[in-house]
Amino acid sequence: MRKEEYQKLVSEYTPKENKWKNAVIAFLVGGLVGFIGQVIVAILQNSFGMETTEACSWLCIIMIFLASLGTALGFFDSWVTKCKAGLFLPTTGFAHSVTSAALDYRKDGFITGLGSSFFKLAGSVLLYGIISGFFLAILGVIFHG
Amino acid sequence: MASKKFNNVYIKNSFSLAGPVEKQGSIKDYDLVMDDYYFQAKTFEQAEIKMQKTVIDNLLNRSKLINSEVDLLVSGDLSNQISVSSYAASNYSIPFFGVYSACASFVQSLITGADFLDNKRKGNVICVTSSHNLHAEKQFRFPIEYGAPKPTTTTFTATGAVACLLTKEQTNIKVESYTIGKVIDMGCKDASHMGAVMAPAAANVIMSHLTELERDINYYDLILTGDLGCIGSKILSEFLKRAYGLKMKQHLDAGCELYLKSQEETYAGASGPVALPLYLFNKVLKQKKKQKILIVGTGSLHNPFFVNQKLSIPAVAHAVSLEVNG
Repeated sequence: MRKEEYQKLVSEYTPKENKWKNAVIAFLVGGLVGFIGQVIVAILQNSFGMETTEACSWLCIIMIFLASLGTALGFFDSWVTKCKAGLFLPTTGFAHSVTSAALDYRKDGFITGLGSSFFKLAGSVLLYGIISGFFLAILGVIFHG
Repeated sequence: MASKKFNNVYIKNSFSLAGPVEKQGSIKDYDLVMDDYYFQAKTFEQAEIKMQKTVIDNLLNRSKLINSEVDLLVSGDLSNQISVSSYAASNYSIPFFGVYSACASFVQSLITGADFLDNKRKGNVICVTSSHNLHAEKQFRFPIEYGAPKPTTTTFTATGAVACLLTKEQTNIKVESYTIGKVIDMGCKDASHMGAVMAPAAANVIMSHLTELERDINYYDLILTGDLGCIGSKILSEFLKRAYGLKMKQHLDAGCELYLKSQEETYAGASGPVALPLYLFNKVLKQKKKQKILIVGTGSLHNPFFVNQKLSIPAVAHAVSLEVNG
């Protein structure tokens, strides 16, 4: 049997992922995370008298803490498995990716394990985030002065 | 031709240790089960070494053997440089051979051990294999606690260790013959669809075995493949039909059978070299319903570097024929 024929056979027997269902779940869960964030910002503004920028910084810290705590306590991974992009894309996902790598390598030495593998997953987010930020800044300067 | 028949090599004893998810699966009477993934060791990697040591110690006890009475220890596992097997072997004063064919390692160890014994008048060989879900996840995939979403074709690395004793002394399980498989690459690149990667290798070795030993596929009461999983098994049946015109009537896949359908976290079934011996020794051989059994270990020979470099994944399968009396 040729390779192409075999690939065809494999695709006949491979169940199709329900992308629409995944997208709807991600949309709802991601939206919920955003909604919770907005509620926290409103509370910080109204009850603690913070400016929007300050409240947003605190929001990030709170979300990152909650996601990392959830990862360390061992239940956040099953939430990510169920909610997919709804949870691993927002700030919660970034925190979770760092904490989960840290947990994996914590016994392999502070430098050789924890230190070098800490950003195993989040490294690409940082690198490409910074690069795209750089180019967007240049575009901003060109068009808006 | 890479097939060979034996006159008198037998399996005398075995000892199985199963992990926390496996003990909730379809088999309930393993020799020993683990409460958690650490197995009282500091790390998952060290836990797997302890698992191998536990099954070897228990097998030696059960067979009333001391180190000097064992001629050879043949072990395999999934860790980098099969270091789990080497570290475990360092506890014994037994000559050691480490083998690697990914998840076909157990069958490779049987072939190596049986071949070693073939021309001897007497002798004992211990074959060991193990895999550890979290050790394998860490090495091959994302961090464990990340919980990366996986497709339904993914197989779940089984946790456990099995040791078995090969001997020249007659018992009711005879190692009758073997066939060594070729490395087959059919262009699959998806490391989360290993059933599809390995099915052509399994089909190829089954075909070679039947041709070289001049047997019909119905000669066997059971063809037991290692860890194709539920989806890979269907692909194997179809591939055998379309490529070689063979129809398997009595086929089971250890990976597909090891867990219950309700264990959703296991996706398409078990993988790992330990899946086949766990199911073979604790279900098939205990039931004593099948006399002629062909076990086909299937291994996906990838490593994360080549998968990231987008190379397609080669696979290998080896077959051993077992004859059970009484």
